[in-house]
Amino acid sequence: MTPTSTPAPLAADLVAETAERAGVSRREAVRRAGLYGAVLAASPLALAALSKQAYSQTTLPADIRAVLELALTLEFLERDFYQGGLDSGVIDASERDVFAAILEHEIDHIAFIQPLLGLSGEEGRPPAGFDFTAGGRFAPFEDYEQFLILSEGFTNTGVRAYKGGAPILMPNDTILQGALTIHSVEARHASIVRRIRGQKGWIPVDPTTAPPNTIQAVFGPGDPASMFPPESNTLQGTVQLSGLSGVTADQIVEAFDEPLDRATVLSIAAPFIVGDNP
Amino acid sequence: MSDLLTPTATGRRGFLQRATLGLGALAAASTLQACDSDDPVDPVADVTLDFSTDTGVLNYAYALEQLEAAFYAQVVGASAFNTTFSNADERQVLRDLAAHEAIHAEFFRRALGAAAIGTVTPDFSSVDFASRASVLGTARTFEDLGVAAYNGAGKYLTSQANLTLAGKIVSVEARHAAAIRDLLEPRSRLSVDSRDPANPSFDTALEPRAVLDAADPFLTTTIAITGLPTSDS
Repeated sequence: MTPTSTPAPLAADLVAETAERAGVSRREAVRRAGLYGAVLAASPLALAALSKQAYSQTTLPADIRAVLELALTLEFLERDFYQGGLDSGVIDASERDVFAAILEHEIDHIAFIQPLLGLSGEEGRPPAGFDFTAGGRFAPFEDYEQFLILSEGFTNTGVRAYKGGAPILMPNDTILQGALTIHSVEARHASIVRRIRGQKGWIPVDPTTAPPNTIQAVFGPGDPASMFPPESNTLQGTVQLSGLSGVTADQIVEAFDEPLDRATVLSIAAPFIVGDNP
Repeated sequence: MSDLLTPTATGRRGFLQRATLGLGALAAASTLQACDSDDPVDPVADVTLDFSTDTGVLNYAYALEQLEAAFYAQVVGASAFNTTFSNADERQVLRDLAAHEAIHAEFFRRALGAAAIGTVTPDFSSVDFASRASVLGTARTFEDLGVAAYNGAGKYLTSQANLTLAGKIVSVEARHAAAIRDLLEPRSRLSVDSRDPANPSFDTALEPRAVLDAADPFLTTTIAITGLPTSDS
């Protein structure tokens, strides 16, 4: 993946754009900087290289940093999980290509997020690493079905986490758009993993039926539930879709994914982060 | 929160209400000339979307959902559907996609209310609905394009509520895209890769103009764009 080259002044322009946003409207800042064409022509990896120059720890607002740090934690978790799965041989030969590609994606996502936070290498990964047995509850690297169950949990949590964090990224168009391009790829992952498990790629009213699994929290409500409803939600904006004719109750619920708040995402991930569970 | 119907400062909401399909080019043109924007506008377009308002961005999404809904309705409504798709799982995928896109379109129609654009008329003359390859190839194009459209439009939204709504839909379109790709090349990396094979880890984010250019072969309705921050919109 070769990053697209970008003009040299772009880094300084990005800083100016970020600073200006505090005082001028988003569109006016962009109009002054005239960046849209150049920024959008650049691949996310090129933007990440630039952002290492443009963004320091003092440039990003704390709430944006927090969203990116959470995303980075999840990406490291997924990277190590899929690396572990591939190394262990637990993955069915017919599906190795899928998980190898997912692993590549997570590695690239880490490479995009880290420079935005002034990080590199293994920085941003929980210092004690991960325990994918969750203290002995699971054996994902021995039992393929358990690997798939956890994969379904991680992929769908990732989608909900990015979705929950997106509004916080709105003051920075570049970071928002980058996050959106990751968010939709995570949804592709989530769809395929459910299909590998013999389920639909989308989330119906009751997604936890077959086979028995332990990831209800992944599809449940966040906090507050009014802002982060369960996946069975039918109220979209001010439109109540329940009872819509010509479609099933499952299809109404499947048509929309739901965001998840930071605290709930962390509580889902905590059992797998060494040192996070008392 | 009713951000979907937030009026704009310039009163463009009324402007948009007039710029709906069926009014005729002359009425639309005179309305556009009354506008103080210096953006170039196509006076003969059936629909004009103003990206300086969330309403315009959401109508853009509504237009694309209408296109997808019409496509899948024709797919599952084809007389040869059960033979073109002899696999029950594939038929269910396509029925679900038909339902989801119709739900998305209906959602936008209700949410936008009086500010909603009219019916977008498709052109599927290039699609062979009796060919699995043609249908799935077109479906893949639409789903991947839909993801790219939402990803590129997100930054133009100004309300958090509207961005969240768009976010709730784009991930479902991405699930669709992956499922279609899985039907085309089962359990391959194609099924999880992004729309751009040269950049598979990150999905595309296309500008509205590029999206509508790509969708143009499948549209009878002409759609113009205004209100974008660059001069080459």
